Amino acid sequence: MCLAIPGKIIELLAEDRDLAVVDILGVRRRVDLGLLLDDPPTTGDWVLIHVGFAMSKISEMDALDQLRMLTDIGETQAALEEVQGYGSS
Amino acid sequence: MRYVDEFREPQLITRTADEIRRLADPQRHYRFMEVCGGHTHSIYRFGLKDLLPSNIELVHGPGCPVCVLPMGRIDDGLSIAEQPDVIFAAFGDMMRVPGTRGSPLEHKARGMDVRIVYSPSDALKLARHNPTKHVLFFAIGFETTAPSTALTLMRAKAEGIRNFSVFCNHVTIIPAIRAILDSPDMRIDAFIGPGHVSTVIGCRPYGWIANNEGKPIVVAGFEPLDILQSIVMLLRQMNDDEKKVENQYKRVVPWEGNRGALKAMAEVFELRPYFEWRGLGFISQSALRIKEAYSEWDAECRFSVPGVRVTDPKAAQCGEVLKGVLKPVQCKLFGKECTPEHPVGALMVSSEGSCAAYYSYEHRKAAQLTQLTGAAC
Repeated sequence: MCLAIPGKIIELLAEDRDLAVVDILGVRRRVDLGLLLDDPPTTGDWVLIHVGFAMSKISEMDALDQLRMLTDIGETQAALEEVQGYGSS
Repeated sequence: MRYVDEFREPQLITRTADEIRRLADPQRHYRFMEVCGGHTHSIYRFGLKDLLPSNIELVHGPGCPVCVLPMGRIDDGLSIAEQPDVIFAAFGDMMRVPGTRGSPLEHKARGMDVRIVYSPSDALKLARHNPTKHVLFFAIGFETTAPSTALTLMRAKAEGIRNFSVFCNHVTIIPAIRAILDSPDMRIDAFIGPGHVSTVIGCRPYGWIANNEGKPIVVAGFEPLDILQSIVMLLRQMNDDEKKVENQYKRVVPWEGNRGALKAMAEVFELRPYFEWRGLGFISQSALRIKEAYSEWDAECRFSVPGVRVTDPKAAQCGEVLKGVLKPVQCKLFGKECTPEHPVGALMVSSEGSCAAYYSYEHRKAAQLTQLTGAAC
């Protein structure tokens, strides 16, 4: 439940300002930016994603650290499964 | 035990572990509670206990939402989904959690329309795509997850999607810490605060723990170095006789939290007068319910909910383990009647539960060692 996965914003969607295409572990998914409206991220920013929603903006260095940590704790597979699940229903 | 050079920054890990040994007074025993199940998982996964002196004990806290959910709530959610044309949608973590008549997965095997979703917004999407069905989203989680459910409900209302509702089981971390501190058998010296919950609520809500209860608390990240550094910070506070809230996870946690997320929660949710926590009992103002303005999307208003109460077997000592009175292995059922495959108590249910984490990493290791050495006990 505490899984937070870093992703890089590739494109802000014109049709819905709260949605962005985000590259997460090499998979592109739509992620909801609606919880970051006070400090909206833009293309190229890294965000920490939890259950399909961006929770916070983070630096690229911290994002890469977080990715390495997911590998270290053996959670990459779970994270990938979660990411691939976004938008699949 | 893991060798230190297996870690990503072995020298830093060694230096931090040395600093912990230098700071810890050998004459006293320290009991630090890591509140979050994610920390518990990391501590066992990396064998961090082996890097600490024996007088520092890590006690595993209540921060595993699946573990603290009473079985009756699962029964209630599944009973709603037994009505015709209802799709039961929940996170994968929920699928194997047993209710009295089986888990959601077992209900699926018996014909219930059960779907795994990875985001509340995907549950709403299911409702858009299945206009003749009703989608029930079984919502669980602390403040990390609750804002996403809130925003999804705001979207459902804005779009007028009426074949969607949420069975809300969101809980809040602060009252659980308060319940542990209020418990007469409480024996915790300081807290390692939850990382991702704090991205939402920030660090300010922990102030009373330091100011009123006199217990240091450090919000920490999930890497081995984060956890060890937070222990250094706690020991420094204790040696200097300070009691304050500190933020070790500054790279992710802003002191003020996420205002947008808090705003979404305040728009949709209000506190329940009380809520039952598995292993801890009823705790006042410890959970969220959906406000009247969103009652059309509140499963508890739209459907009749049986309000099932299931008491855990008396022999299960989850409450004592949660409060740090007992270690997982000291519970009478641990590893015997209660295993991750057949959980009896709350803390064996999810991989973030302290008993399940202990079982997966420590108990198996000990069992293998016993086999190897031929020792009998």
